[in-house]
Order: sequence, then structure tokens, then C-alpha cells
Amino acid sequence: MTSTATESQNQAARLSRRALIWRRFLRNRPAVVGLVVLIVVFIGAFIAPYFSPWNYYENDFDNLLMPPSREHWFGTTGTGIDVFAQTMRGLQKSLIIGILVALFSTSLSAFVGSVAGYLGGRIDRSLMWFVDLLLVLPSLLILSILSRYYQGKSWLLLVVGLTIFDWMITSRVVRGMALSLRERDFVRAAKYMGVPTSTVIVRHLLPNMASIIIIAATLNVGGAILAETGLSYLGFGVQAPDVSLGTLIAEGTAAALTYPWLFMFAGLSLVLTVLSVSFIGDGLRDAFDPGSAKSKKI
Amino acid sequence: MTTVDSQRNLIEIRDLSVTFPSEAGIVRAVRNVSLDIRAGEVLGIVGESGSGKTVMSLSMIGLVAESATITGSITYNGVNLLDLNDNEMSKYRGKDIAMVFQDPLSALNPVHTIGRQIAEAIHIHSDVSKEAALARAVELLEIVGIPRPAERAQSYPHEFSGGMRQRVMIALAIANQPKVILADEPTTALDVTVQAQILDVLKTARDMTGAAVVLVTHDLGVVAGLADRVAIMYAGNVVELGNVDDVYASPAMPYTIGLLRSIPRVDAVGSSRLTSIDGAPPSPVALPAGCAFAPRCPAAAPQCDERIPDLVSLSPTRMIACTRHSEIAELQSSGKLFVEGPQHVALQSLGQSVALEVRGLKKTFPLMKGSVLRRRVGSVFAVDGVDLTLREGRSLALVGESGCGKTTTLLEILNMVAPETGTITVLGRNVAELSKKQRLEMRKDLQIVFQDPFASLDPRLPVGDAIAEPLDNFGMPKAEQNQRVMELLELVGLQRDHASRYPAEFSGGQRQRIAIARALALNPKVLALDEPVSALDVSVRAGVLNLLAELQEKLKLSYLFVSHDLAVVQHVADDVAVMYLGGIVESGPVDEVFARPQHPYTQALLSAVPIPDPAVERVRKRIILQGELPSPANPPSGCRFHTRCQIRATLPADVAARCVSDRPELELRNTSRVACHAPLN
Repeated sequence: MTSTATESQNQAARLSRRALIWRRFLRNRPAVVGLVVLIVVFIGAFIAPYFSPWNYYENDFDNLLMPPSREHWFGTTGTGIDVFAQTMRGLQKSLIIGILVALFSTSLSAFVGSVAGYLGGRIDRSLMWFVDLLLVLPSLLILSILSRYYQGKSWLLLVVGLTIFDWMITSRVVRGMALSLRERDFVRAAKYMGVPTSTVIVRHLLPNMASIIIIAATLNVGGAILAETGLSYLGFGVQAPDVSLGTLIAEGTAAALTYPWLFMFAGLSLVLTVLSVSFIGDGLRDAFDPGSAKSKKI
Repeated sequence: MTTVDSQRNLIEIRDLSVTFPSEAGIVRAVRNVSLDIRAGEVLGIVGESGSGKTVMSLSMIGLVAESATITGSITYNGVNLLDLNDNEMSKYRGKDIAMVFQDPLSALNPVHTIGRQIAEAIHIHSDVSKEAALARAVELLEIVGIPRPAERAQSYPHEFSGGMRQRVMIALAIANQPKVILADEPTTALDVTVQAQILDVLKTARDMTGAAVVLVTHDLGVVAGLADRVAIMYAGNVVELGNVDDVYASPAMPYTIGLLRSIPRVDAVGSSRLTSIDGAPPSPVALPAGCAFAPRCPAAAPQCDERIPDLVSLSPTRMIACTRHSEIAELQSSGKLFVEGPQHVALQSLGQSVALEVRGLKKTFPLMKGSVLRRRVGSVFAVDGVDLTLREGRSLALVGESGCGKTTTLLEILNMVAPETGTITVLGRNVAELSKKQRLEMRKDLQIVFQDPFASLDPRLPVGDAIAEPLDNFGMPKAEQNQRVMELLELVGLQRDHASRYPAEFSGGQRQRIAIARALALNPKVLALDEPVSALDVSVRAGVLNLLAELQEKLKLSYLFVSHDLAVVQHVADDVAVMYLGGIVESGPVDEVFARPQHPYTQALLSAVPIPDPAVERVRKRIILQGELPSPANPPSGCRFHTRCQIRATLPADVAARCVSDRPELELRNTSRVACHAPLN
């Protein structure tokens, strides 16, 4: 509101939006911590197995169902598999699944929603029909039918499957917001400047819907990791001896009270991951929103 | 209206302060205000948005939000209204103190008939039968000028137009013969001809009930015509108080002086630069310790920042809050306060070639019915035969009331595609013949500034990026873009470091400057201005208008100016085209049209504009138009204006018949073109 003329009068360099958002993001401490933790967890999940003497499919028959010890950092399972190795392997899988699904499904919903809302008319109607169609199809049923054909194939197909059934609701919300945004004067102004449609969507629509998109993406990470468990149960996705955080948690919950290490470490990794992602999401949201007090200069 | 007991104080406000908690800090909406409302007077409370005028009036009727902290006292009939709880206050509300709100649509209950709502108001405060209350409601509707009141009492609010709803609100307000009527911006949402009708009704209501009227408004013209006394508010304080004539003739507080000089007048001759007040009103969260106006005041001295000046009496009828009040008159006469700008000269030499030409433009919107099988059941004739000529280096104003099609005309021009009927020629090229690529090139030459700078700037795009958007779009390299953005910011009076900030950090006036900078980025030849100052505070309008005039001279721009504010048009435009229901009724040089309007609609429109000068305003004859704007879906035959024309009754029968049968063409009379069958008077 105030024109601080005295402050940095000669600072001639203009910061672009990207630079401003990055600067505002960096000012948000929890978000930066979240980002660092996520990166450490991610790298750790891939590097740590090299330092661990055990493998996630090796059985140590001398140590069955042992609590954490010097030899087995996170303990062992009933068949003598090292829980640390399992957790790291699970993290690798789950992180990739969670982040990829969130990325793909959110991009898809943002794209479909904003195109439908901004262009309107026939394009809008046909896209929304398609969305409604996918919404009424029972996703679990279809995936379990398909699982017969995909059993044993790459687990990355899981990412595709989860993405396809996970973007529709967000895209409807995005479409609704795009509908109201396209009537705004700044969008009309851009149109009268001859700005092409794709640029209007990327420059004006998406940043103004950033909050909802970022929230959807954050929720999707956790959601996808857990949804994968359900699919693995149906034989679609990660199959033994391979593990994911989801399968580890599912197997470990039964013994959560008696042999807590079976479940606790996988659970904690999941909590850590989801928490970091949501801190990053909050930070991004605040960085995008100029009205947010958190990212202002202190 | 000076009655015997006019000196008796009806309401005494003493040391009233109202604060609200907010995220950003404590909002101090009203600060230590003391004010008397005398029996039977009309007190105008004038202030810009955020000056606390509405909060103050709401606190008199106990309608301030519950989160507010109110201190001080408001005494009515020996009772401190602030001590009453909501229940006790209800006995006064509507009975002794009535309120007319700004937006009558949200103030009326949409699911009850008008008659029932008025009858209910009567019923609550007096012991009458339902029938008697209803009969009284019909009577009241007749008083406020609702035609066929008995029938209309059965209608619901949505069946009334904005002006009619405001009449209903006034009927509601006077239903119980109140002692005080609080009118909060009663005409702000209305068109100028309807405003004239409503102010008339308000006068009638006052005369009938003898109530005191508190008229809260930002429009100095409205106050000039109606009020006896006026209180000027700024940042929660009353800064000047006195009889209307005295305050307008010799304002004493620098803010009032600046404000009165910064508003354009429709009866002005020639167009000098307006006096502009620097800066913007302070945020009510961060008010300065001293006089709130000091940061913008040309007479500010060190002592102004020390403490808030008290309201002191200059004479028995005059109060002013200024530490330097004794010196102001001298400063003013020696010309040290608010220097007037240089005369604005229309660029006659440039005014030969045509920048923009519109001939016979028509635009209809289909009226559809049905949801599955949609069929066209009619058309809305939004624009119905418009001719415009904008010469290079000049300003053409398109004026008219809301719903007349002026914005549709503007958007049709900006779309740059072949219109339904007619031709649009921009800089000598017919837009219908442009290829897609040529059209894109042409957009460089024709840019727009929207009405609302809060909506026309992307809230999530930094200002620099927003200004650079058109440059980027036409492929300018990044380094050059930066250079140009800095140039543009300085051109519109902003600073270079503003580029890295978001629009939310700027005030309305600054935002409009940013929007102007963006429109100018590509060096356009024609600038379309859609009500560029109507969303701005009064004290910052002058700055933007002066900037526009300055830019026009510097950059040889042609302006197509769309506005409903005739005073602004008089100030900015060289030529004017008056629009009524989709068609142009009169066009010509602005001085000529405004000084000697020939079309009856132009005459009515001009007479309805309030002039901020009580001496002029009181003796002015106002032409009050009958009825409302007809629907463009079903326009009247012949001359579109004949249903409301005030001179048609005086015309010979054969001419009057032609008004109904033939649509008049624009024809040259003197220097203006007029579409009217009546002979020149």
C-alpha cells in the first residue's frame, strides 16, 4: 500500500514472477525444511541400500522377528528379512509412485479443467462428458479386471492406472474456477493484446488457481501411496518379494502392537514424506499468493 | 428549510470512535468524532471510501458489526444509543431513525411482496390492523412516485428496477414518520437521470415528514443541491464542518480545498488541468500520528505531524481541524496551495485524419429459451445503428446511461472482427478485411484501459511482468523489455522499483496508472478508455485524468472514452456522442453539445448532473425524465426516446406522430448532429 520510495530506489533490475516466487518460497522456513527433508529421504532411499549389509529379498534365518539391533537396524521380519532394507526399497517405490501420480494427475486435471473452462462451448461439453464418464466407472473394478493382463508387468503401469482414475474431481473444480476467471478483465485485456490462448492459460489462469492445484497435488502424493496398497492386494502393482511402503504398512499393522518395528519404520517414513510434501505445498501456495503474509519481507 | 427549532440538536455525537480488529491490525474507522444533527436539517457527510462515513452512520442505528469496539456517546432524546442492546435499539430503528441503504436489492427481502414489507415496517412500530398497514403502504408508494401503487404493492423486489427499488426503500424509511433519515450513498448505484428522480423523492420525503436527513455520500454535487450543512470526513475524522454555502464558497481545510478543485464540473468552460492531490488516502490500519492529511497536504508543516488537530470553531457555524487554520486563507490567496495546471489544448492540427470510424454498427444478442431444445425467442438490440468518428489526436467520448450499449459498442470495436451490420475502420483499414496476422498487428495500435483497475490487473502477476506482457507477446527481447518497462513506469509517474511488486501493494490510482502503462507499452495510436476513473476515489481521479491529458499531448494519442460521468467527459473530451438505447442521439464538439444541447435526452441528461456549487445547484432547473430506460429487447418504435421525451407533448400533432412511426436520422444542426424530429429550438 505504501510507496516506499526511499527503499532501493536505484534497484533497476526487475524481478520476473518466477524469481519472485522462488524468493518468496525460500523465505518460508518450514517449506525449505520440507524440501530438504524430501530430497534427503529421496536420495537416502536410493543410496542407503549400498551401505546396508542386507538385501530386501534375503532371509537371515538366524534372526527371525528380531527387534532393531546393531546388525539389523530396523529389526527383521518373521522370515528374517531385514526391515531397513525393506523400508528403503519401499520408499524408493512409493516415493516414485506418489510423486509421479501426483504430478501426472494434477497436470492432467489442470490442463483439462482450464482448457474446458477457458474455451467453453463444445470443447468444454465433450471434455466434461468424458470426465463424468470416468467418474461413474468403478475404478477398482476396472483395474482388477485389467490386472489379469498386467500381472507381472512393470510396476510403472501402476502409475498410469492410478493417474487415470485420480484426476477428474480436481479437473471439475479447476474448470469451475477457469469459467469465472475467463470473464475477468485481466484475461480480456490479455485477449485484446493478442495474447494466444495457451499463454493466457499458463500465465493468467493457472497461477490464479495455484492454491487449489497445489493442494490437490499434495493430497495426491499421500493418496497415491496408499491407493497402491489396495491395488497390490488385488495383485496389480508391487508384488512380493518386492515391497512398497504401502505393502509394508499393510502387512505390519496386524502385528503393530506386538512387533511394532514391522510397521513403525515404514509408517514413519510415510508420515515424513507426506509431511514434507505438504510443507512444500504450503510454501508454494504462499509463494504464489501475493496476499499471503507469510512470504512477505520481514 | 429553516424551521423554528432548527437549532435544536436531535442527535449529539460526542467523541465517537469505532475500531475493528483485522488480520493486518486494528482498523480505526472512526476517530473521536463529535457532531450534532439538528432537527429538520439536511446534513451532508462527505468522504472518500474508507473515510469512516458509513461506519459512523451505521453506529447511529446500532448496525455496526459486532466485532467492533465503539466508544464515546450518541445521544438521542436524552438516551445514549450506544448503551442500548439490540432489542432496545429495535424500538428506535425505523421508528425514530430510519435508514436508506446504498444497494436496495440486498436491503429488500426477495421472497416477500413490496407491500407486505412496508406494511410489516408499519406494523412493528404502531398498533394498526393488517389492512390499515397495507393501505398505508400503498399510500407511501404513491408518495415516492411508484406508478399504479395498489397493483405494484403486490410485486416482488426483482420486478422493480434499481431506481424503483430505491423509491421503495425511501417509502420504507418514512413509513413511521422518523425524526432522522440516514441515507447512505442512496444514489451511487443509479444512473444520473434516475439519481435526479431519487433526490427529488428524498426532498419530498423530507418535506412530508420534517425529518432530519443525514446524506452520506462521496459526491460533492449531490450534497450541494440538497444539504444545509456539510461535514467533510477524512481518515475517520471530521476535518471541516459548516453551512454548505460557506464550505463550498470558501473551503478552509486544505483537503476540502483540494477536493473541491479536483473534481471536474459539467458546467466548466474550456478544460484546464484539474488540481490533483498527491498520494492516496491512508490505510485505516496505519494512520499517521498527526494530521492524517499531512502527508498529502501542500501546506503541511512540522507541527502537523505532532498530533491530530482538534476541530476548532472559525465562526459560530464553522469548524475546521487544521493546525494552520489561521494561515490557510492567506496561503490560498497567495496561490501557494494547489496550483492549477496549464490549459489543455486539443491538437487541432492533428485532428484531420480519421483514427477510428464506425458506421451503422449493430449488435444483437439472441434471447434463448429452453434448455435441451434451445430456440431463439427474440433479440436484444444492444447496439442498433451507431456512427462514430474519432479524429487523430482528439478525444471522443461516448456517453450514456447503463444499458444504453456504450460498452458493447466499445467491445465490438476492440474485437476487430466484422460486425453483424456496419463497418469498423481503424486507422483507415476495414477490420472485416484483416487477416489473422494483420489483426494481431493492428492490436498494437488499439489498446484498452478498463474501468476497474482491481480487476484488470492479474493479482498474481508482478507489475513489471504485467506491463511487459504485450511486449513479450510481440517478441521483444527480454533486455529491451526491461528497459521499456522502466520507461513506461516513469512515464505514468511510478517508480522503477515498483516493477517487482504485486498489484495488491498499490492503491486504486496507482493501479490505474499501471493499467495505462500496460496499454501504452506497444505505442498504440488509439486508446480505448472504459470509464477509467469511475472506480477511483474522488481525490485521486484528478491525478489520473491529468495524466491522460498529458500523455495525449506527449504521445499524440487518440482517445475513445466511454463514460457515464458527464463532468469527466466535459473535462477530457473534445467531441462527444450521446447514446440512448443502442443509438446515437446527438454528437458534436463537447463544448457545443454541453453548452447548447439540442436533443431532449441530452438536455435532460445534462440537467440531471449535480454541480458541486450550492449557489448554482439550488437555482438550476432540473428536467426530471419520466419512467425508466425501456428494455433493449423490446425497444419503442420510431424515435427510441419518444416514450420518455419531455418535449413531445409540446410538439404539433403531426410531428409527434412521426416520433412514434419514424426513427429520426442524425442530421447536422449548427455544429452538432442531432437525431430528433422536433424543429430546432
